[in-house]
Amino acid sequence: VDNFIQFTVNGLTLGSVYALIALGYTLVYGILKLLNFAHGDVFMVGSFIGFGALQALGGSADPVVPVWLLLVLIVLAAMAGCAVLGVAIERFAYRPLREAPRIAPLISALGVSFFLTYSMQLMFGAQQRDYDAFSLSGGALFFRGIDIGNVRVPLLRIVIIVSAFVLMIVLWLLVTRTTTGKAMRATSYDREAAAMMGIDIDRVIVFTFVLGSALAGAAGVMFALRAPASVTIGFVAGLKGFTAAVIGGIGSIPGAMAGGLILGFAESYTQGYVSTRWSDLAVFTLLIGFMLFRPQGLFGRPDIKKV
Amino acid sequence: MDETHDPLEEAVPGAPTTAGPRIGRDEWVALEEERRTRRGDRVGRLEARLRGVPWWAWLTTFVALVALLPVPFDSGYVRRVAFDTVLYMLLALGLNVVVGWGGLLDLGYIAFYGLGGYGYALLSSGQFDVHLPTLVTVPVVVAAVAVIGLLVGLPSWRLVGDYLAIVTLFFFQIFITVTTNGDHLSGHDVTGGSNGISNLDPLNLFGHDLQVASEGVFNVGYLYVALAFFVVVYLALRFVNDSRTGRAWRSLREDPLAAELMGMPVNWLKLLAFAFGAATAAFTGTLFAALNAGVFPQTFAFPLLITIYTMVILGGAGSQAGVVLGAVMINVLLEVLRSPGDSRAVFYAAIVLGLAGVYRLSARFAAVLAATAALGFVAHAVAGGLHDSWVSGTTSGGAADLIAHWVIVPVHLADWVPAVSYVTLVSLALALTLVRGRLRLTLLVPTLYLAAFVWENVMLSKPEATRFIVLGAILVATMVARPAGLLGERRMEIV
Repeated sequence: VDNFIQFTVNGLTLGSVYALIALGYTLVYGILKLLNFAHGDVFMVGSFIGFGALQALGGSADPVVPVWLLLVLIVLAAMAGCAVLGVAIERFAYRPLREAPRIAPLISALGVSFFLTYSMQLMFGAQQRDYDAFSLSGGALFFRGIDIGNVRVPLLRIVIIVSAFVLMIVLWLLVTRTTTGKAMRATSYDREAAAMMGIDIDRVIVFTFVLGSALAGAAGVMFALRAPASVTIGFVAGLKGFTAAVIGGIGSIPGAMAGGLILGFAESYTQGYVSTRWSDLAVFTLLIGFMLFRPQGLFGRPDIKKV
Repeated sequence: MDETHDPLEEAVPGAPTTAGPRIGRDEWVALEEERRTRRGDRVGRLEARLRGVPWWAWLTTFVALVALLPVPFDSGYVRRVAFDTVLYMLLALGLNVVVGWGGLLDLGYIAFYGLGGYGYALLSSGQFDVHLPTLVTVPVVVAAVAVIGLLVGLPSWRLVGDYLAIVTLFFFQIFITVTTNGDHLSGHDVTGGSNGISNLDPLNLFGHDLQVASEGVFNVGYLYVALAFFVVVYLALRFVNDSRTGRAWRSLREDPLAAELMGMPVNWLKLLAFAFGAATAAFTGTLFAALNAGVFPQTFAFPLLITIYTMVILGGAGSQAGVVLGAVMINVLLEVLRSPGDSRAVFYAAIVLGLAGVYRLSARFAAVLAATAALGFVAHAVAGGLHDSWVSGTTSGGAADLIAHWVIVPVHLADWVPAVSYVTLVSLALALTLVRGRLRLTLLVPTLYLAAFVWENVMLSKPEATRFIVLGAILVATMVARPAGLLGERRMEIV
C-alpha cells in the first residue's frame, strides 16, 4: 500500500506537468488544426529561462527573496519568456503557411523544433542544469510535507500539483468566462464564420499561442524542479504532452487535464511495478491504441467531415 | 536593367488580363502558363533549353560524374563522403515516395533504415552465428521490412495528417527503445543494446568479398555498388511513378477524398507508398551496415530523420531529380561545416551571394557591402581602442588573419555574450523579413556585422549545433518562401 501511495503521488506530479503541456497542444490544435511540434521545445526553453531567473535571483542556496516569492518569480519569468517565444514562432513559421496544404506547417514545425533545440545547445551547451531544489530553504521542501499512512508526500510535490491545478483552473475560467475566451471557442468552432462575425482571428490565434506557451513555460519550471533540465528534454516531453492531449480528446480542455493525469499514472505505475526501461513503451502503446480505436479521445467529439 | 519585369507578375490571380476572358480557357491556368514562358532573355532561353534535356541524359551525366570522382580525388575522405552522399540520395528517393508522391507524413522513416541495417546485421554476423550470402540476405531483409512498412502504414487507413505523423513517430521511438534495450529481450541479447552489433560480414557479390578497406583506405568498390543500387532504385521508382500507381498516388496526395470518390483503392495506395519507402530505406540500411561492419542505435536518431526531410523539402518533394540534388547539397554542406576554414568560406560566400540574389548588381548591393565593411573596421577600431583584449582573440581556420582585423574577436567571451548576441541576431534577422525599403537596408548592415560576430565567436566553435541549426532554418525557410523546393513542381490549386 505504501508503494502504491508513493506511485500515485509520483503519477499525480508527472501527470499535472503533462497536463499543462497537453493544454498547449490542445489549445493550438483546437484553433488552427495544427500539431505544434515545437511545443515541447518551448517547454524546454521555459525550464532554461526558469534556471536563468533562479541564478539571477541569487541561486537556490542563497536566494535574495523568500522561497515562495522566488518560486513565483521564476515561474512568471518562464511564462513570460515562453509567451514571447510562442508568438514569434506563430508569426514567422506558421502564419505564412495558414492557407497552405496541411503538411506544410507540420514540416515547418519540425524545423522550428530542431532549430530551437540546437540553438539552445549552441548558447548553453549540452550539459544538464540542476535547479538544486534541495538547497532551497535547506531541504524543507523535501523533508516537510503531508503524511498519508507511512508515506510522507514532500512539500515540493504538493506545490507542483497545486500550482498546476491553479493554472488549469485559471485557464478554464479564461476560456469559459471571458469575452476573449468566447472568441477563442467561436474560432475553434468555425474560423470563417467567426471572422464574419467580426472576431479578429489573428488576435485570437496570437492569444492562444500566448496561453499555450505560457503554460508550457510553467510546466518547464515544474519539471526542472524535480529533475535536471537539458536541451533534449523537450522532445520526449512534447511527445508525452501530445499523447495526453490525444487520450483526452484533442481540442478539449478537460480532456487534456484528464489525459495528462492518466498518462502520469500509467507511466508511474509501469515504472514502479514493471520496469523503468519500458515505461516509455507503455506510454506509446497506450497512445497507438487510443489513436486506432478511439481517435476522438475520451472527451472529444468524433470528427465528422462534411464535403 | 530589369528586363524580365512584367506587370503580370504583380497581377492578382484571377484578375482580368488584357486578353480578356475566353471560353474554354481557365484564366488562372493561362496566367500561370504565360508566367512560365514569360522569360525571353538569355537566362530564359537557357532555362528552356535545359528543360528540353531528357531526364535519362541528366541521370547518365550525373552518375558518370560521381563514378569518375575517385579519379582526381584519391583521398579516402572524399570517397567516403561520396559514398555517404549516395546513401543519402537513396534515402531521399525513398522518402520522396511517401512524402512527395503519397503526401503522407512518415516520421518513422529512419526506423525502416535502421531495420534494414539491423536485419543485415542479424543475418550476417556472429550475433547468432548466421552468415547468409549477401544475395540472400539483402532481398530477404528488404522484403521483410517492406511488410513491416505495410503494417506501420495500416493506421493510415483511419488517421490522416498529423495523427499519422505522430503514430509513425511513435513507431520510431519504439524502434529506438527496443534496439537500445534489446540486450535483455526475455533474457536474450538480440540487438546488442547500446553497443550495437559489430563485426558484420562484408558484402559478397558474385563470389567476391568486398572488404570495407583495402590497405587501410576506403574501398572504392563500395561507392560503385552504392551507385549501381542508386541507378536501379531511381529507375524502378521512376517507372512506378509513371505507371497507374504513380498517377494514383499523386491524385491521392492532391485530394484523398476526390480520389476515393473516383473509385481508387485509397487505403491500398497508402500502404503501397509506405512499403515502397520502407523497402528503399531497408535496402540502403543493408548497404550502410555492410560498409560500417556494424550497427548502433545512436545512428538511427531523430537528427538523421530531419536531415533526410531537409534534403527532400529543399530539393523539392515530388521530384526525383530535386531530392537527389537536395541530398547532394545538404550532405556537402554538412561536411563543409565540419571544418572551420571551409565553413567560414561558405558562410561569407553565402551572405554575399544571398545579397547579390536579392539586390542584383545594383548600387544598393554595393552600398550594403561597403557600409558593412566600414562598420566592421570602425567597430573593431573602437573596441581595440577601449580594451586591447577585446580584439586580440584568435580564430582558427583559413583567412583567419584577415577576419581578425575586421570582426571583434575577444580573447575571452563573457558568459552572457553568446546567448545575448545570438538571440539578438535571430530577432534582427526575423525583423528584417517584416520591414521594407530603406529601413531594411539600414537594418541589414548591423545585422550582417552581428552575424559575422556570432559566426566567428560562437558558431564556429560549436560545429555540431551549428550544422543542425542550419538544417532547421533551411526547413522553415523553404516551407515559408518556396514550398515547392528547388526543383519541385509548383502546386496549382484551383479553387
